[in-house]
Amino acid sequence: MAIWLTKDSKVIVQGMTGSEGSKHTRRMLAAGTNVVGGVNPRKAGTTVDFDGTELPVFASVGEAMKETGADVSVIFVPPAFTKAAVIEAIDAEIPLAVVITEGVPVQDSANFWAYNVDRGQKTRIIGPNCPGIASPGASNAGIIPADITPGGRIGLVSKSGTLTYQLMYELRDFGFSTAVGIGGDPIIGTTHIDALKAFQDDPDTDAIVMIGEIGGDAEERAAEFIKANVTKPVVGYIAGFTAPPGKTMGHAGAIISGSAGTADAKKAALEAAGVKVGKTPSETARLMREVMS
Amino acid sequence: MDLFEYQGRDLFERHGLPVLGGGVAETPQEARAIAERLGGKVVVKAQVKVGGRGKAGGVKLADGADEAEARATDILGMDIKGHTVHKVMLAETADIKEEYYFSYLLDRANRTFLCIASVAGGMEIETVAEEQPDRVAKIAIDAVKGVDEAKAREIVAAAQYPAEVADQIVEIAVKLWQAFVAEDATLVEVNPLAKVGDGRVLLLDAKITLDENAAFRHPDHEALIDQSAVDPLEQAAKAKNLNYVKLDGEVGIIGNGAGLVMSTLDVVAYAGEQHGNVKPANFLDIGGGASAQVMANGLEIVLGDPAVKSVFVNVFGGITACDEVANGIIQALALLGERGETVTKPLVVRLDGNNAEAGRAILDGANNPLVERVDTMDGAAARAAELAFAGK
Repeated sequence: MAIWLTKDSKVIVQGMTGSEGSKHTRRMLAAGTNVVGGVNPRKAGTTVDFDGTELPVFASVGEAMKETGADVSVIFVPPAFTKAAVIEAIDAEIPLAVVITEGVPVQDSANFWAYNVDRGQKTRIIGPNCPGIASPGASNAGIIPADITPGGRIGLVSKSGTLTYQLMYELRDFGFSTAVGIGGDPIIGTTHIDALKAFQDDPDTDAIVMIGEIGGDAEERAAEFIKANVTKPVVGYIAGFTAPPGKTMGHAGAIISGSAGTADAKKAALEAAGVKVGKTPSETARLMREVMS
Repeated sequence: MDLFEYQGRDLFERHGLPVLGGGVAETPQEARAIAERLGGKVVVKAQVKVGGRGKAGGVKLADGADEAEARATDILGMDIKGHTVHKVMLAETADIKEEYYFSYLLDRANRTFLCIASVAGGMEIETVAEEQPDRVAKIAIDAVKGVDEAKAREIVAAAQYPAEVADQIVEIAVKLWQAFVAEDATLVEVNPLAKVGDGRVLLLDAKITLDENAAFRHPDHEALIDQSAVDPLEQAAKAKNLNYVKLDGEVGIIGNGAGLVMSTLDVVAYAGEQHGNVKPANFLDIGGGASAQVMANGLEIVLGDPAVKSVFVNVFGGITACDEVANGIIQALALLGERGETVTKPLVVRLDGNNAEAGRAILDGANNPLVERVDTMDGAAARAAELAFAGK
């Protein structure tokens, strides 16, 4: 088992006919994901061939769900159309929408989040600007490479894509139940806390790796949550200990403003909650090894 | 992107918000012309994106055009906390009776927007919040519903603004929200929002941050970029669509993915502690699908930094295949050679993930004496730091 994404998940792709969408649909299929179709109103009724797998294109998320029973949508549309795509997924009440798109204006994210809250949060949104979610050996919704690690009993939640891959790689001999890339934007649909809660409740996860980075106070809030609610061991890593204040480090959310958002403050908060925090990815992996053996 | 005060004032004016007349000058002569246009007393304010300019002598009153020119001469070229003053704003003066505070900003924790409003203006809102928390109102704004008249009345009541200015501030709150949304801002802060002698409420300062992700629907925002503040290497990188930030160390960094590159900076800085305290020279994220061309562009920028003594290329191949990255490095060095640029700085390369074996074989086979391959991120960081220290 895993969190949010299992071998039974039926996945559709919004933007499947675009270049990124089709490239990653092919990869998701190769990873064994049950991709059942795509959405593009202009190409509805056609099919797309992925190395022998014919996938139907539907006019809307609602139609795709009705025809295929899909319960996960992966969104690859360009930034200007992302808000509309997410709102369409929310309207269709799909249980999980994974927003890969990078560069979404934060007002658009705030808007679709408020819309989702207003509709009773029937859709879990992951992202935007994230690598997606992978339950190795079962299903892969997004762009996380499927062949880094086999399935296992470590859960991982991270703001960063390549750091996720790095830690999965370092701990590949243990394997992972699920890895969730929540994205580095200021407003995201799924937080560290959401994933920590799900891993705590998941009988197939024994320990959790949490990767954060400078900016905001999500890690500090996650630390408070861990202290009160998480009994499974958590090992943490924060990127950006040496980043100077006032400079945005790649992710729109990764900026130290004044004294807020520093890696040291996050590390201190996590350690106060009993989380072991590595100074580097390799030290983090070593700490997790100690936990797992 | 943070705006200068004068850009904020102009933006407010465009959105029909009440501001004082003003203009921006880069020379004392321009300052004189603006002062003549405004007439009477003016205030001359240094345009820097840092607080505390008043204390540093960057804000002066001037009576008439002669004095305005003199004050502009004093202030232009001043250094305020490491920021050189290239522009001054001249504005009409106001007979301030009361100062309030008003802002809209992004509230990450609650995934919405927030209005902070206070009757205590003119000083740092953080200080007010600490010393007199009951005088600072924080009101959540629903991103979809926004701020209409009813919401604005709620804000005005919560902030306890005096009754005689309530209607004016309600109108300002609604218009300011419209401007916030229309411009894709993540922060608009007005401090002070002032009641002046004739009873009007005016926006006397502007601190605005615009969302760079929204640039595609705001072609006019490009003109607001402060070219004088942009590092030439950062400018060159931007022209090539590279995500580059100049730092002040000696080890050039190229990696894929923002988190991994940030992490690389840390690992190099730690390694530097053992090697003469060398530090990362830059942040450069070449992103997911790094082609040979992207690698060449990245290497060109990093090698073009005279402070760089060694380069650490740290790639975890997820979507990116390491053999392509390796080919990119070799081709990039050849490309730079063809352009007549002699590369003499050593490169330390660490490849892991997708097709790493093939990538390593390509680097080994190329036999380029400048390229050294190290298997682990920590080991490669240590070697790059060592080489940078040796090259200093």
